[in-house]
Amino acid sequence: MVTLTINGREHELDVPDNMPLLWALRDVVGLRGTKFGCGIAECGACTVHLDGKATRACVTPVSAIQGRQVTTIEAMAEDAVGQRVQEAWLDLGVAQCGYCQGGQIMNATALLKETPAPGTQEIVDAMAGNLCRCGTYNRILAAIERAADKEASS
Amino acid sequence: MNRSDDTLLLANVSRRGLLKGLAGGTALLLAARWDLGLANEQAQFGAGAMPGGWVDNPNVFIHIDADGLVTIINNRAEMGQGIRTSLVMVAADELGADWDRVRAEQADADQDKYGNQNTDGSRSMRHWFDPMRRAAAAARLMLEQAAANQWDVPVHEVRADIHKVVHPATGREVGFGALAEAARELDVPGRDALVLKSDSELRFIGKESGLINGQLKSAYPKAIDGEDIVTGRAVFGADVDLEGTLYAVVARPPVYGAKVKRVDDSEALNVTGVRKVVRIEGAGQPAAFSPLGGVAVVATNTWAAMEGRRALKIEWDRAPAGDNADYTSDAYRESLEKAAQSPGKVIRQSGDVEAALDAADKRVSATYYMPHMAQAPMEPPVAVVMIREGKAEAWAPVQNPRATREGVAGLLEMDMEDVTVHQTLLGGGFGRKSKPDFVIEAAHVAREFEGQPVKLQWSREDDIQHAYFHAVSVDHLEAGLDADGKASSWRHRTLSPSIASLFAPDPKHKGEFELGMGFNTMPFSIPAIRLENPPAPAHVRIGWFRSVYNLPHAWAIQSFAHEMAVAAGKDHRDYVLDLLGPDREVHNLTVGDGWNYGEDPDLYPIDVARMRRVIERATEEAGWGRETGKGRGLGLAFHHSFVSYTAIVFDVEVDDEGKLTIHRADIAFDCGPQANPERIRSQMEGACVMGIGIALQSEVTFKDGVAQQDNFDTYLIPRMPNAPRVVRVHLIDNPNDAMGGVGEPGLPPVAPALCNAIFAATGKRIRRLPVGDQLSG
Repeated sequence: MVTLTINGREHELDVPDNMPLLWALRDVVGLRGTKFGCGIAECGACTVHLDGKATRACVTPVSAIQGRQVTTIEAMAEDAVGQRVQEAWLDLGVAQCGYCQGGQIMNATALLKETPAPGTQEIVDAMAGNLCRCGTYNRILAAIERAADKEASS
Repeated sequence: MNRSDDTLLLANVSRRGLLKGLAGGTALLLAARWDLGLANEQAQFGAGAMPGGWVDNPNVFIHIDADGLVTIINNRAEMGQGIRTSLVMVAADELGADWDRVRAEQADADQDKYGNQNTDGSRSMRHWFDPMRRAAAAARLMLEQAAANQWDVPVHEVRADIHKVVHPATGREVGFGALAEAARELDVPGRDALVLKSDSELRFIGKESGLINGQLKSAYPKAIDGEDIVTGRAVFGADVDLEGTLYAVVARPPVYGAKVKRVDDSEALNVTGVRKVVRIEGAGQPAAFSPLGGVAVVATNTWAAMEGRRALKIEWDRAPAGDNADYTSDAYRESLEKAAQSPGKVIRQSGDVEAALDAADKRVSATYYMPHMAQAPMEPPVAVVMIREGKAEAWAPVQNPRATREGVAGLLEMDMEDVTVHQTLLGGGFGRKSKPDFVIEAAHVAREFEGQPVKLQWSREDDIQHAYFHAVSVDHLEAGLDADGKASSWRHRTLSPSIASLFAPDPKHKGEFELGMGFNTMPFSIPAIRLENPPAPAHVRIGWFRSVYNLPHAWAIQSFAHEMAVAAGKDHRDYVLDLLGPDREVHNLTVGDGWNYGEDPDLYPIDVARMRRVIERATEEAGWGRETGKGRGLGLAFHHSFVSYTAIVFDVEVDDEGKLTIHRADIAFDCGPQANPERIRSQMEGACVMGIGIALQSEVTFKDGVAQQDNFDTYLIPRMPNAPRVVRVHLIDNPNDAMGGVGEPGLPPVAPALCNAIFAATGKRIRRLPVGDQLSG
């Protein structure tokens, strides 16, 4: 048994210690906004926040995160920064297929929480680990800048 | 489907007569601006000639609740091209629906009911724009008639406004919702009674919105699935949630055609959560859409299934794979390059090429290589199948729902009616999900678990190692130039394994639908032309990849045209405009292409004037001819595909260490009429990025029949730093030609334009893709 705190709620899970958080979220807890893309932390589709930091759930065993705060895309609508990021994503029509975008938003939100007004190169560097096969990178970049501007003016 | 029948604008498929009160004069108005098209049975070309044809019955596609919520049924796969937004927008605009009270519902696989659903070939909008407008116009007429009946006035006195019908004479109005019940009792009006909205009445169709080259024009109308996507609620293939789901992964033969010789599953069965190990018999070669075979591990969660698979001990029998087990990329490339030195099957010929080459003042010759690639959509293949009481139900992200249904029915020996295929969102397709093998694989496993849903998940390693690979290719070109540098002859030999090898004994030659993707449809005006196709055998599953054989053809032809311009000492743009010759419409049959993307040659000739226009626009926008300074240059390429026209100019810089910076891309695109410019722009932007990956990074190589790349650390695709910061899309305003494709035509010219720009910047010619580290050498 492991006890995980996910989006502010405690979950007792009967899973092996080495199960990656990704599969615990998706198959056991039933939170499927966190996506499987590569399984080796190369694509970022599974990005969640662990104590506020962007973390790849596909390589994070549940045993390593007991007692820490896990936040997923499902909770971003209740997060002030997350909400701004989501709105910017919608305003600029970022998504094409949308599969990677939950992970992109989680990564972007973590960036803006740490660096509220990042420069363009800081954004590019911070987002380099999140793949988008549809090629929406420039809209992602523009949306992060838009959310950052709103953050600065709010 | 969650609708209840009492809220529907119900099916009334008879076309017994026109709505009462509709003046016959409206048909004349209509005839002036709208070709009704041929009935499906008579159609030789276009939507009507596709399996299942088109359907324009409003009761199939449009439903209105009593509270006014409009539901548009979307019959095409949504894989990022935005069709759920764009096609719904077309219907909503023609109907007069308020965008904030419109939702989309995805059609199950049912070709008889919904018409053709095979989402490939960049066909969704060009084949469904007219039928959806007709369906919506018919629904609008029925609502107007219902209002006229309610008020007891002639129908010509009322008109539909936004989400309501009004009677201007008395100021009365009534909402769509309040009319829906009465409207559904009415006959569907005949097509000759329909009047489509004039352009000035349209709110969405053809209207620019969203982000335009970095400037936000309007954040409205928002994408249909946008909010679900950004909140994590959108349902892709793996997100289907069914009680009691089992999870499966499959160990597949490492070589195409190999089989399981022996399997020891004792350790796998000891993994916590593993329920069963299931052998899957592969169909052998050619595989078509059948699974490759192998060993499935079924568990109570995906991780346990993966752990179980790691614990399998499998001995493979490579003998059935034949010489696929010797397939090695370097040796294969060399064999194609050698074969390219000899004449091949003649595909198109005019003039005497050999004599013209001999007589030329200057000869230019080059060989180009493009490797295998994997589509690698971000969502790897995945499917859920449940079999119960002689019926099967599948939930899957598939581009071809009909083939999925047929494949599952075929495997399970069921009638098609007993197989239901629910379409989820696709986390990218790019041609990979045109092949429903992964759903049929899931059905193989699900039949071991009566009444229980089985979710079969491919890992990224599965996806890259067992892709339906984009065909590897060698293209060898030779041209003769006269003393002025003008081309007198053009000989092109193209070599690639054919997709036909997937379905039948390997023909070793490209088929008509492959050659017609930019090879024989090459529009240059040169006195002597010979196009040849020497043989090239297939050793892996070859399949469609976004824009397919247009990729190698455009890469070779557009690179070579630049090499000719350089040899002639001419400006590249001036040279290719001259090569294109006078403005004219080229009929596909005159260049030996009997396919023309399935479209009517009279509506869709290869129009040299349109090609010229995109070249001129892209180069003008890019500032062609400007001084760029050392290590920097502009590169151009253009291509006709999927009956649309694209030209791209890149502005790149390469430093002394060989580091490439792409400063800007200017893309000019002409697809004729634009349904939703906002999503056209996003397709062009995305194709630009994907094409940069094709040029610079992406390659699957084989050694002894085994793919040598298996995840995103070895199979490289573009990341944010690889994308140019400025990508500008210039849409050609051309409402008068027939509508062309959008999803694929942006891709083919990207790699050659980029490599031409690299040449302009450095003088280094790239002839083998990907560029990789060739610039630092």
